[in-house]
Amino acid sequence: MSLAIARGESVAVAGPSGAGKSTLLALLAGLDTPTSGSVLLEGTDLTRLDEDGRARLRAQRVGFVFQSFHLIPALTALENVMLPLELAGSSEARRAAAETLSRVGLKDRTNHYPRQLSGGEQQRVALARAFVTRPAVLFADEPTGNLDTVTGARVGELLFELNASAHTTLVLVTHDRELAARCGRTLRMEAGRIV
Amino acid sequence: MKAAALALRTLAREWRSGELGVLLLALTVAVAALTGVGFLVGRISAAVALQASSVLAADVRLSSPRPLSDDYFSEATRRGLSTARSTSLLSVVFNGDASQLTNVTAVTAGYPLRGRLLLAAEPFAPGAPAAGIPPPGEVWPASKLLAAVGGGVGSQLSIGAATFRVTRVLISRPDQGGTFAELAPSLIMNAADLPATRLIQPGSRASYAGLFAGQRAAIDEFKAWLSDHKLRGERLRDITDASPQVRNAVDRAGRFLSLASLVSVLLCAIAVAMAARRYVHRHLDTVALLKTLGATRAFTLAVAVLQLLALALVASLLGAVLGFLAQEWLLRTIRGLLAVTELPAPGAAPLARGFMTAIAVLAGFALPPLIQLGRVPALRVLRRDVGPPPPLMLLAFGPAVAVVALLIYWVVRDARLFLYLAVGLAAFVAVLAVAGTGLVLAAGRLRGRVGVAWRFGVANLSRRRVESVVQLVAFGAGIMVLLLLGIIRDDLNSDWKRTLPPDLPNYFFINIPPAERDAFVRFVEQQGARTTRVLPMIRGRLIAIDGRAIDAGRRGGRGEEESFATREQNLTWTTDLGADNRIVAGRWWTQQDSGRPLVSLATEFQEALGVVVGDRLTFDVGGETIEATVASIRKVKWDSFRPNFFIVFAPGVLDRVAGTYMTSAYFRPGTARTLAELAHRFPSVSIFDIEELLDQVRAVLDKAALAVQSVFVFTLFAGLTVLLAAVQSSRDERRYESAMLRTLGASRGTVVQGVLAEFVTLGALSGLIAAAGASLAAYFLTTRWLELRYTFDLTPWAVGVVGGALLVAAGGWLATRSVVNQPPLTTLRA
Repeated sequence: MSLAIARGESVAVAGPSGAGKSTLLALLAGLDTPTSGSVLLEGTDLTRLDEDGRARLRAQRVGFVFQSFHLIPALTALENVMLPLELAGSSEARRAAAETLSRVGLKDRTNHYPRQLSGGEQQRVALARAFVTRPAVLFADEPTGNLDTVTGARVGELLFELNASAHTTLVLVTHDRELAARCGRTLRMEAGRIV
Repeated sequence: MKAAALALRTLAREWRSGELGVLLLALTVAVAALTGVGFLVGRISAAVALQASSVLAADVRLSSPRPLSDDYFSEATRRGLSTARSTSLLSVVFNGDASQLTNVTAVTAGYPLRGRLLLAAEPFAPGAPAAGIPPPGEVWPASKLLAAVGGGVGSQLSIGAATFRVTRVLISRPDQGGTFAELAPSLIMNAADLPATRLIQPGSRASYAGLFAGQRAAIDEFKAWLSDHKLRGERLRDITDASPQVRNAVDRAGRFLSLASLVSVLLCAIAVAMAARRYVHRHLDTVALLKTLGATRAFTLAVAVLQLLALALVASLLGAVLGFLAQEWLLRTIRGLLAVTELPAPGAAPLARGFMTAIAVLAGFALPPLIQLGRVPALRVLRRDVGPPPPLMLLAFGPAVAVVALLIYWVVRDARLFLYLAVGLAAFVAVLAVAGTGLVLAAGRLRGRVGVAWRFGVANLSRRRVESVVQLVAFGAGIMVLLLLGIIRDDLNSDWKRTLPPDLPNYFFINIPPAERDAFVRFVEQQGARTTRVLPMIRGRLIAIDGRAIDAGRRGGRGEEESFATREQNLTWTTDLGADNRIVAGRWWTQQDSGRPLVSLATEFQEALGVVVGDRLTFDVGGETIEATVASIRKVKWDSFRPNFFIVFAPGVLDRVAGTYMTSAYFRPGTARTLAELAHRFPSVSIFDIEELLDQVRAVLDKAALAVQSVFVFTLFAGLTVLLAAVQSSRDERRYESAMLRTLGASRGTVVQGVLAEFVTLGALSGLIAAAGASLAAYFLTTRWLELRYTFDLTPWAVGVVGGALLVAAGGWLATRSVVNQPPLTTLRA
């Protein structure tokens, strides 16, 4: 496949289970490497970087939101949001994290652990964590998949709001037609190809 | 049968999942600790028995003032025992005109049957074991004899009507008797030469001994036969008569070491419980599926029990081999401590004990969760959230508590001690757990101030708090005991160095005639040595307390201890108390007390008799009865190596009783010639070299500490298995977290740092707890029990914290490295 996503663009990737959506996301984010071909992220060829090189690039340029939130259970909400900033070496981690948490409406939940938060709250922490570094690209994998309809809609709202204000390039894997419809472009995948 | 087949087939596959490995490892360490100590104690006890026999130079010794019948020897030979004879008599030995009263011992081939003769090429030199007995025509005189009569190897000595050539110098023989009473120097000759001396005449006083040795069972039977057949006046002795105190000490030490190994077993049991829990957790689906396919609860349980049995068997074998190797190494290292040439082979009993322990640990700690596994409903195949019903508390913890209690009781076999231990152990663990929880919480508070990797590591400690505390307790206990032993040993050594100046007396001289006392002291001083105090020495026996004869069933008599107090004792009198004596009750005499019948007792003697200040003691001193009132009780610092006595009289009471004097002095190394001259000038003075004894005591201390420390190394290993089990049970979480961190852009290095931070913190905290506990325990042990000065030292703290951090970090890293290497993609796929 050949695919180019422009800066600031928002792209939804849709398709049935097993179509290869998550594999595509993993390749784009440098979590996996292709057996052949190349992936350029922000002008850097990911296939030429080693594991740690790709990790550094992710720390500086990439944000993630996952279907099952993937917060670190041992860390508080605030510490979870601080994590990517600290990994990137920021000295303002605590202040920036607290600010972002308050933007997603969790000002009062900063010292709670993930297990003390509802699903919607957890996903909002995950959004805060994704946006706190002001990433160039945000990869979201079924971000509303584990939430009920109402909460899912709110989280979707928040996602696009944050995205718009940060001018982030968004790659969104989703089954949710409404969410996909809010993206600038929708790619449909089947059996590993874009159709 | 089906269950067995399935158990074995799945056992092989389960191996890869890891928790069976932890189970096996934990059981192996437990069995190794227990069997290792079992082998060790068994062999040391046997060695001590051998050592005791060496004092008799045989397993059984029959002595008589008359020649022994040949029948005894032919009977012994018929029973497959080895035999030898020894004939001892006092005779004057001449070298030219010089003479000395000597204890001449004529022996037959094979002597000594137990123990060994030590010989040297010159007097007072270090001895080497002899290959046999003196050939006919040759004799081996003791150093002191040669010093008294002059001469050395090559000299001709006349004994009775015959003359012999000196070919070696006798340094020691096993049955020479360690008491000051046997004062005449020894000489060993071949029994075949005895008739030529014509020393044995009708009416001459000789002592005849038959020596017998062999297999334990044969010896026991022969001993029974001998006691039936021996004549009146013939005295039978065997190892049960020799040094009961030593064997008591070994017995107690053995029990202590077994208890120490039990700590390892209990820690391993925790690891077993952790591994079993994870095993159950991972098998819920499989068991539900088996049940859906028609397996009964009994079947699933049978599979689990059979797997455990197989594991117990393998662990017992591995553990026994490890335990054997460990004690073999240790015994080789501490061999000198036992003063025996050959170590008896180990018995098989520890093997059975090891297997039983493995079974017990599994039954107590792994079986309850496994029974729980059998209760998972088949419905789980459809609904993942359905698990087994919650266990009854009694079923979940009952077996574990029962097994722990059983194991402790098994080792101590004493209801009261068991109770103390069980309560003490529970309190100890509780204190450690509270301290551990506090430290984990405190560390959690500090995490805001450290970098991301450290925060992540410390956060993990706080989150898995229960596991963290269990590990803290495990490592804390292990490190603490090792540190404690180190501190105590150092304290003992430094206390010795402090209290014992380099010119510590290294020779004792006894039997100095009153007439030669001043000349002797002058001579010693001329040689550049200085005597310590010179005290009179008089033999006497306690015969009555408060006017009641001591033999007729005394109040509160305590067997062994009482006999210690009532056998013949050395008495002295002195004006000065001496810096190495401290009054603990009553008062020391003043000038005015001179001539009053007052006596001061050492605490050991006072405790054995149960007397108090003011009691009247009656002594038989050389046929004269002397009654004295107990004026004071003294705590004696025996390791001052200055003359000291259990019983000291006020001056002016014993002065008229004939006695001799004793003293101790320091001679620089290499003064053998001076001592030879001294022995020559003062032939009646007996010389005791305590330099060697001192070195031995130091070596014993070091080696005993090493032995105990090596047992506690097992405790550390056990701690490591707990760590492994804990890491194993948190493996899935760790894998996830590591992948998550890397997805968010953490380098591999950062993840590794986080993991190391967790384990370094865990280890350092364990070390901290251990150092605090060890210092506190050392303070009480040294000041209260050993009565030494306690010196606070930062070294154990540094060693504990750094050592703990390194040890746990290394162990934790080894256990988690595969998790850290996990590629982050798995997280997305999860």
